[in-house]
Amino acid sequence: MHGRCSLAWAALAAVEDPEIPSVSILDLGLIRFVELRPDGTLEVGLSPTYVGCAATEVIRQSVEEALRDMRVGRFVVTNVIAPAWSSDWITADGRRKLELCGIVPPDGPASTMRDVLRARRPVGCPRCRSLDTECLSEFGSTPCKALHRCRACREPFEYFKCI
Amino acid sequence: MSAYPFGRIDAPALLRYVLRLGDLSLILGQRLGEWVGHAPALEEDLGLANIALDLIGQARLLLTYAGEVEGRGRDEDDIAFLREHGEYLNPILAEQPNVDFGRTIVRQVLIDAFQLELYEGMATSTDERLAAIAAKAVKEVRYHFRYTSGWLVRLGDGTAESHTRVQSALDALWPYTVELFEEDELDRAMAARGVAPPLAEVHAGWLRRVEEVLAEATLERPLDRAYSWHGKRGQHSEHLGYILAEMQHLQRTYPDAHW
Repeated sequence: MHGRCSLAWAALAAVEDPEIPSVSILDLGLIRFVELRPDGTLEVGLSPTYVGCAATEVIRQSVEEALRDMRVGRFVVTNVIAPAWSSDWITADGRRKLELCGIVPPDGPASTMRDVLRARRPVGCPRCRSLDTECLSEFGSTPCKALHRCRACREPFEYFKCI
Repeated sequence: MSAYPFGRIDAPALLRYVLRLGDLSLILGQRLGEWVGHAPALEEDLGLANIALDLIGQARLLLTYAGEVEGRGRDEDDIAFLREHGEYLNPILAEQPNVDFGRTIVRQVLIDAFQLELYEGMATSTDERLAAIAAKAVKEVRYHFRYTSGWLVRLGDGTAESHTRVQSALDALWPYTVELFEEDELDRAMAARGVAPPLAEVHAGWLRRVEEVLAEATLERPLDRAYSWHGKRGQHSEHLGYILAEMQHLQRTYPDAHW
């Protein structure tokens, strides 16, 4: 890999999600590619999670800042909406880190989304592991998470939705 | 950057069609945003605000595209904030007042189901840009519908009071749904070129989904009636003016203001 590209990847690995600190944007699968264009510009493809996510612009600024600090040379950050970002792109490491923050990672591949519309969704409590939980709202502190509550240990928790 | 399907479709027609889609998201998102800080419970405040944000996100992508198709250098903000009343092409249903939580939920279920069917069909559009936006948006709209249809069932099949309120909201809003499926020349042109799915197909899918939810919510489907509203052609109800006054005030008072 070209030296500037690996520098860029190293810079990006240190950019954390503003809403879920300790989880990097690479863990979430937000970086689609890092490529060197023939004209010498480094192009970084960044996918938004949700179209209205307020963190998207903060993430973009952090990415640009990290690339400048790493001195990767001339670069451009491209907004990639196709293919649409999927929770399937969250890495195994990312899922582990989400769990450590008390956020239940997506429970299956997004291809099972036909069930999204009405079906019940059993989500295990991240603290006591009980499956006796209920969804309080499809939307939590951010669009990507739903609010749940455990009936066994009575604690509320968040679930990172499958999308 | 995708190539516009010029040659197969003329730019003014595509522009008008993209504005219809973008204005539906923009005006509904603005309307729904009025609930922020006023919803019956914190969870619902967050839920409605998140749906509003997704809608504004759709509007940003669509109005940016509209600006590119138009080719006069207008960006999403110019188009969202600096047009006049008759230039907005959203269906009238989107601008109807919130009134109460039940009525807001009814309006949202009706439009969520519409966007769900429309965007599912548009994800394979011959217009690459619209296909990308639709494929992205439909994933989020599924969650909107899950949230709002869940509430409609709880309210409809809830207390006598909640049932009466959502049934009367449904009776009041149903006539405005007719406009969503009234196919005009522009809709036919888009369907013929594979830019958008035929509205008859969207209508059939919409009706199936809505009737399923209404049955579970023990609500009665009102009858379709003749109507004379044409928001899609820029003829609006008195409600749009108030939305625009609030939405445009800052941009018009302090042009090009930025945070």
